[in-house]
Amino acid sequence: MGKRSNEPFLWGLFSAGGVVAALLMPIHLLLFGLAFPLGWLDPPAYERALAVARHPLARIYLFVFCAAPLFHWAHRFRFTLYDGLQIKHLNDLIFVFCYGGAIGGTVLAGYLLWTLSELLPWLLAWQI
Amino acid sequence: MRGSPAYTPYHPRWHRRKVSTYWWLERWAYLRFVLRELSSVFVAWLVVLTLLQLRALGRGPEAWADFQVWLKSPLLVALNVVSFLFVVFHAVTWVNLTPRALAVRVGGRRIPDWLIAGFNYAAWAAASAFVTWVVVGG
Repeated sequence: MGKRSNEPFLWGLFSAGGVVAALLMPIHLLLFGLAFPLGWLDPPAYERALAVARHPLARIYLFVFCAAPLFHWAHRFRFTLYDGLQIKHLNDLIFVFCYGGAIGGTVLAGYLLWTLSELLPWLLAWQI
Repeated sequence: MRGSPAYTPYHPRWHRRKVSTYWWLERWAYLRFVLRELSSVFVAWLVVLTLLQLRALGRGPEAWADFQVWLKSPLLVALNVVSFLFVVFHAVTWVNLTPRALAVRVGGRRIPDWLIAGFNYAAWAAASAFVTWVVVGG
């Protein structure tokens, strides 16, 4: 850890992500993870899903939806590993893994949402 | 335990109770705490799922259709059932904690906890209804 001064900022991100996860994630999982796959509801057709996701406000929404909870995860998972497994000698590595993962996911979300634009379909030739 | 290792004056051994790695299994309250912390793993999983979904959406109708089929596999449904339970657990514990973190005062009086929690439950319901409306129809 070392840098104690970062802690309030990271806690703020944790808190913001906690709110986003609490208010929005149950319904997202219920719809996309259960209701559509199990046939309780008809999933949105491709054109409609794309049209909705391309809307600038929806892109901002989806960006926050992905980014904020990742920092929430980073904070909680970091302390779960610190306290739960008592592997204090690996704390620096855990820190890098958790926040590195959160930053990586955030960049990926930004990239995916950016390239959802009709202008850049050729950028989507991205494999795995 | 600091200082020069060259000379160590006598002192009794530090008394430090050894904490078991499985301390969180000792009490329900501890286990609940760890389960709440572990809910973050399922939160991260939903982000991964959303990113995969966005990638499928960007790749075209076939990738989108394949993704819908993939979501139907029993393993993923099982994972999403568990994730849903954990995410709801996170939401409930989070909402119930907000009155402690957020002491709102109006006119010198503290707004009662149940009102703040109630407001949060209402916000949760409204957000869920809005997302459903945007995704499913309208």
